[in-house]
Amino acid sequence: MILVSLLFLPILAAILVLFIKNKKLANWTAILFSALTLLLVLQTLGTPIADFDLAWLPNLNSRFVLHADGLSKLLLLLTAISFPAILISTAKNEYKQNNVFLSLLLFTQAGLIGVFLAADALLFYFFWELALIPVYFLCSIWGGEKRVAITFKFFIYTFLGSLFMLAGILFVNAHTTDHSFAIQSFIQASLTQGQQITSFALFFIAFAIKMPIFPLHTWQPDAYEQSPTAVTMVMSAVMVKMGLYGILRWLMPLFPFAFMAHTHFVVALSVIGVLYASFIAIRQDDIKRLIAYSSIAHIGLMNAALFTHTQVAVQGVLIQLFSHGINVVGLWIVADIIEQQTGTRSMQQMGGLAKKQPTLAILLVGFALANIALPLTNSFVGEFLMFNGLFLFNPWMAALAGLSIVLAAIYTLNMVQKVAYGEISEKINTMQTPNKGAQAVLIVLLLLVFVTGVYAQPLFTLTADTLNQLFVK
Amino acid sequence: MAFMKILVAFILLWPFVGFLFNGLGRNYWSKKVIAYKATGYIVSSFIASIFAFIQVQTHGAVTVHYFDFIHTATLKIPFDFKVDALSSLFLLVITGVGSLIHLYSTAYMKDEAAPHYARYFAYLNLFIFSMLILVLGDNYVVMFIGWEGVGLCSYLLIGYWFTNGNYNYAAKKAFIMNRIGDLGFLLAIFWLIAKLGTVSYSEVLTYERISNLSSFDITGITLLLFVGAMGKSAQIPLFTWLPDAMAGPTPVSALIHAATMVTAGIYMITRSNILFSHSAITQNVIAIIGISTALLAATIAIQQNDIKKVLAYSTVSQLGYMFLGLGVGAYSGAVFHVITHAFFKALLFLGAGSVIHAMHHEQDIRKMGGLKSKLPITHITFLIGCIAIAGLPPFSGFFSKDEILAAAFAKSPIYWVLGVIGAAMTAFYMFRLYATTFLGKFRGTNDQANHLHESPAAMTLPLVLLAIASAIAGAIGIPELMGGHHWLSHQLMPIVGEPVELGLTHSMELILMVVSVAIALIALMIALSIYTKKTDEEPKTAIGKFFYNKWYVDEFYNEAIVFPLNRFAGFLKNVIEKQVIDGAVNGTGKLVQYSARKVRLIQNGQVGYYILFMVIGIILLFAFWFNDLNILRFINKLNQH
Repeated sequence: MILVSLLFLPILAAILVLFIKNKKLANWTAILFSALTLLLVLQTLGTPIADFDLAWLPNLNSRFVLHADGLSKLLLLLTAISFPAILISTAKNEYKQNNVFLSLLLFTQAGLIGVFLAADALLFYFFWELALIPVYFLCSIWGGEKRVAITFKFFIYTFLGSLFMLAGILFVNAHTTDHSFAIQSFIQASLTQGQQITSFALFFIAFAIKMPIFPLHTWQPDAYEQSPTAVTMVMSAVMVKMGLYGILRWLMPLFPFAFMAHTHFVVALSVIGVLYASFIAIRQDDIKRLIAYSSIAHIGLMNAALFTHTQVAVQGVLIQLFSHGINVVGLWIVADIIEQQTGTRSMQQMGGLAKKQPTLAILLVGFALANIALPLTNSFVGEFLMFNGLFLFNPWMAALAGLSIVLAAIYTLNMVQKVAYGEISEKINTMQTPNKGAQAVLIVLLLLVFVTGVYAQPLFTLTADTLNQLFVK
Repeated sequence: MAFMKILVAFILLWPFVGFLFNGLGRNYWSKKVIAYKATGYIVSSFIASIFAFIQVQTHGAVTVHYFDFIHTATLKIPFDFKVDALSSLFLLVITGVGSLIHLYSTAYMKDEAAPHYARYFAYLNLFIFSMLILVLGDNYVVMFIGWEGVGLCSYLLIGYWFTNGNYNYAAKKAFIMNRIGDLGFLLAIFWLIAKLGTVSYSEVLTYERISNLSSFDITGITLLLFVGAMGKSAQIPLFTWLPDAMAGPTPVSALIHAATMVTAGIYMITRSNILFSHSAITQNVIAIIGISTALLAATIAIQQNDIKKVLAYSTVSQLGYMFLGLGVGAYSGAVFHVITHAFFKALLFLGAGSVIHAMHHEQDIRKMGGLKSKLPITHITFLIGCIAIAGLPPFSGFFSKDEILAAAFAKSPIYWVLGVIGAAMTAFYMFRLYATTFLGKFRGTNDQANHLHESPAAMTLPLVLLAIASAIAGAIGIPELMGGHHWLSHQLMPIVGEPVELGLTHSMELILMVVSVAIALIALMIALSIYTKKTDEEPKTAIGKFFYNKWYVDEFYNEAIVFPLNRFAGFLKNVIEKQVIDGAVNGTGKLVQYSARKVRLIQNGQVGYYILFMVIGIILLFAFWFNDLNILRFINKLNQH
């Protein structure tokens, strides 16, 4: 029952806030419900949770099955932490029709939770779309001046990917013995090698676009830049993880042959993407685009690590899925505070934050250090394991991808220098102390960065069962 | 065991507590509280280190385990710390010199506002914490944690005056160059894990384990480790960050960029000496890079006029000597030089700080002169530092440098000849610096002359203590030749093994020693005789300009690496990303729209096509939804094609 309540709590909240016109009350309702969701997720962590199973579409032989293993719980935790953090830190931002905005955001949360819980392929597809559709509206209605064109591209891209996946789901369904959509039946489906490769490709395109992987990534920086920051945070902290989750949950177990056949190709492509995005990040002046390209590089590394198919690298990914989300939310919040107060995203116009708002500058530096995976920050643990796996897969790939740690230092420290250091610029001079809620969120997130960076054992323990399933047959 | 666990925790955590105390309380404490606390925590750590040192002397090495940092099915990396002969020595140097530099800083930084004063000490405490992790770690990953930690602190302290753009560039440059080295270090760690499955010293550094490695593996791993050392210890080609790092406050230059952090590379290689001794190729590479760096930096130091720049290049040069020592297998000699260098180079930097302090932030030695009488304590202690670094007996630098040079001679007389040339240059530029600063007439402004004053006791006390240490520290390594029994090499025997038999007769050793001292003395005399009377003008000869401009290495790096990479990034951003990839995406979009219109005309009755049309229809529906006001524009757009 706990799993289904996890799903319906955000939906309930979404419906509820739709009818609350008072901005403050709507915000508090949304925050309260997201906090409840977090509490509920925390409840699931220590213990095994029974599946939720209900008849859904009997004609299609699809059931409403929710299942939570370590991987699911990890991403539920990330989702459940991100949403209150995002809601609190952006509570002061002005949106027209605030209640609709919040409601759509909460629907997205429900969709995301569904994606991470669904153990039935059709249900998975359903939630996948449920998570995306509200985001299209959020971007197209509340985005920046180029929002319509950008959202159109974003929509076509991801929707196309989804359709490929739907085709793949139907294709595999046709080859299951019981003609069901249950994940177990999918795993046992008898596919020839050729069929595996076809269905692998159909699924992979959807996941690759969602992450995104070079060269399918161009929708993302635009979408991140043009969306309201709260939506950008949801997209980059949690939604991009849908692609990586899909690979872990569906691609690896379903098509082992095709997966192994493509390791070299995908690792090489991902590593190229990591370096490519890192280089482009160096030349960004828009702080949101810089974070976007940095994120593409980090996600690319995670995808490369997955396709090394080494236990140590996949363990690294399981840590990094969580850590990356925390770090990137932190960076976005700082960027959003600056943009909201100064009206600019151009780093050329920033500078002197350390003098004007020292606390915010310290927090920025903290998240910047996590972004470059400094030891004792959370991302070092994940990246260390991922690079280790890459080295086992192919030392040259590790060396090549390793260049990204130098490039990351370049673009991240560039950002710190331009935003925080130097004399106070005209724009930064207008800044006030950020509101208490946003500051508190940043402090909590930064604590998480260092606590999980020093002692990551709980994350290892949490994901042990998933790792066992994938590697100990 | 339990005692050591608590003791090591004390040593490590005091500086960390100091960091938190001053970092979080920067807006609340008075400067007095900040200074007392920051210095007190390091002194506490120093006292605990003395206990640890005694413990090792009496009971031998100890490893303590706290908890696992990384623990997966295939890999275990614990938070283990090792207190042994090597690390306990480094503990004493780091916390000892660290304490003095904290004390010195309390006076040197007194003009800073309280929040920045607290920030400075928080960084400094964090640095000590990281450095202690580096030397105490019992495996390469824990060492790496400290390794990048000290890099971070170095970055923060170089850029301490963060409103100055040039300082920020210097800080960033230091971090990035170090990161290049760190990548090498990381790859070496992964290589070790791939071959041995472990990174713990006790499991990696044994003859049995190493005999399982191919010589290719050993050479690869050690070369990559050395790349890490190049970055941290400023060796060719990764040395250009260190002179720029002088942008930080002078006590920082003394502690981080002279006495401790930059010697991390020497510590790492000494720690791994069993590995390095198995690869003749790596050893030769290290020796050649070491001596080349020593000479290159010395030629530059001769032409510099900024008091801190001279000392910075001198540091690079002395680090080169240490690597020469490592390359020829004189591990205890290299460690010996690390220790003596820590004393006299910290002394020299702090002395320079005292001069800069007295001169109201003037750093150009051409505008100094005659400070001997005005700054008596600074003068005498600085002189002791100069004698020590020039390698004149009986001061400490003589013993440690001589040990390295003797081992170098045993390996190849060419190393020795080059080493002696470098030593002569060292004596020359140090006494050029000394004479220009302290002797002759005062060349500053009247205003400066009126305000010249000796520094307060908080600054001169560290100078005096370090001068004493610089004078007598040679006692820990007096060679047999001179009737000593070389305490240090006995001390380090568990880590680096028996000292290698050099195969030199005593009379040969004596000749080498006398020759090198004589040459250094001559260089010293020449420098004194020239620079007591005059200062250097801008160099006129081609070679002089070449040295003065630091061999144009920075310019070369910019032209050969930085600018091309920047252009490449710009090309990716503006051409590949915008035009090629995004162009293809948008082109495909247009093509789909175009063909959709054509295909629509073909009604062939196949269900598949209807589904396709439905999908496109859905997409277009969505598109119109988004375009609620822009439908007309959208249709126009379609019609244009």
